[in-house]
Amino acid sequence: MSSEKTKDLESVDIMVNMGPQHPSTHGVFRMVLWVDGERVVELEPHIGYLHRGSEKISESEIYPQVVTLFDRLDYLSNLNNEMAFCLAVEKLMEIEIPKRADYVRMILCELNRISSHMLFYGTMGLDAGAMTPIMYGFRERERIQDFFQSVTGARMMHNYIQIGGLREEPPNGFQKQLREMLPKLEKSVEECDQLLTLNEVFLSRSRDIGIINGTDALEFGLTGPCLRASGIAEDIRFTEPYSLYDEVDFNLPIGVTGDTWDRYVIRIAEMRESIKIIYQLLQLLPDKGETKASGIRLIPRPPKGESFARVENPRGDLGVYLVSDGGDKPYRVKVRAPSFANLQALRKMSVGSYVADVVMILGSLDIVLGEVDR
Amino acid sequence: MVEQNDNSPEENLEDSKETEVSKLRPSEAALLQLLGKQNLVPDVTISQSIDEIVLSVPSEQIQEAAQKLRQSEEFAFDYLRCLSVVDYEEYFEIVYHIWSRLHRHKLTLKTTTTYSNPIVKSVISIWKSADWFEREGYELFGIEFEGHGNLKPLLLWEGFEGYPGRKSFPFHEYSEW
Repeated sequence: MSSEKTKDLESVDIMVNMGPQHPSTHGVFRMVLWVDGERVVELEPHIGYLHRGSEKISESEIYPQVVTLFDRLDYLSNLNNEMAFCLAVEKLMEIEIPKRADYVRMILCELNRISSHMLFYGTMGLDAGAMTPIMYGFRERERIQDFFQSVTGARMMHNYIQIGGLREEPPNGFQKQLREMLPKLEKSVEECDQLLTLNEVFLSRSRDIGIINGTDALEFGLTGPCLRASGIAEDIRFTEPYSLYDEVDFNLPIGVTGDTWDRYVIRIAEMRESIKIIYQLLQLLPDKGETKASGIRLIPRPPKGESFARVENPRGDLGVYLVSDGGDKPYRVKVRAPSFANLQALRKMSVGSYVADVVMILGSLDIVLGEVDR
Repeated sequence: MVEQNDNSPEENLEDSKETEVSKLRPSEAALLQLLGKQNLVPDVTISQSIDEIVLSVPSEQIQEAAQKLRQSEEFAFDYLRCLSVVDYEEYFEIVYHIWSRLHRHKLTLKTTTTYSNPIVKSVISIWKSADWFEREGYELFGIEFEGHGNLKPLLLWEGFEGYPGRKSFPFHEYSEW
């Protein structure tokens, strides 16, 4: 540094723009990276390319219409989103929903968790440069999507969970179809696990990369599998059981180091737990019964007040803050989107790692831009 | 008969009160007692909304209250779940939903600010996760979070005029192209 010769060789940080149209950003997400050679010195996320003002639109729609907007927030786990909004309204209106409806809701939400994690599994493989996992992931996702179609009539935008229960009775062969599907799912989760988890190339791409410890993870507001990968046992289904989650028995997978591989492997473990939950729910699900609470008007008018509902979304802790002025439209809806909060930690995780690893780290956060930008 | 009729509304009131209390989970009920005993900051009001305890503080004291809630071992609110801004047309309400991992209790912290001069102290030094939530609040509602230091546009494009979150923003007339 002191001599004249080495002074000529001093390096300059280069700014690299990644996104918004970049296949590895999982949507329209833009990062500005400052790199020193291959190392990331500074990272700045830019969001908002998919901002549709969902919260503002909600203020001019009647309650049943808002449910459809929630489908479009996190478009990979639609049913979990519908559930969050419906729970918030039901809390405010003090509606007790029939048990059968609750069980069906939970089954669908857990299936949605599996299908969302399956897509994560595929894209994680793609980010690491492996083409095969996405084929396996999508195959399973299609299976679940087909099942959703037979139940709700739609593949993605279901609008099935409604205020006071379900839109309509689940079809006749619901249980039978589910019982046929679950062993297949179980088998394929193992298959996927064997294919990628301990693959040497994958391990070297993901082990000890993007480490975040538990204290920092909490500080940045990480939730869901990303937080649990850092060794912190936090899950709304455990801490504040909504619906009937206190009736089922399942484990909470916890990571050790909080690196990319941990975040990946926790989701694989979660899929197994979800299947376990669905098996238990199938035992509990009554064959007949109401699926919608009685006495709910077509256009509900919750009393003046506010409520906050929390749901464990595949990506983390989804919160809906609902303020009502007693009218047929919500006064204010605020969505606490898990991806939005998770993305704040990206800078902390990525600085100091290679550019190629930033892609892996972002993939392991599993963001959905529809939810980040709202 | 008349006496009974007179009594019944009171009884009903008492009944409804009891059911309201039972809606709180045990951890929140304990928190409510704790909050009643301690004087966190002056001018604090405690109320209850369904299953949440709502703590309202004046806007000057929000930072102090948040600091105490986070630091003291009895409360230990180490996690900011959500920060939302609500436009009540005459004033803004800033709502913090916080959670304690240690005691497993939750709390809704509230403060208000005027419409003409919306300034609130930032809680970013207490909960880092407030960063983007405050930027969003500034962008959509025009609330200035004092001490944040980086209130750049987050969701909207640079140069966007007006605050689209506010009730006064002409929403249905707005078009971009």
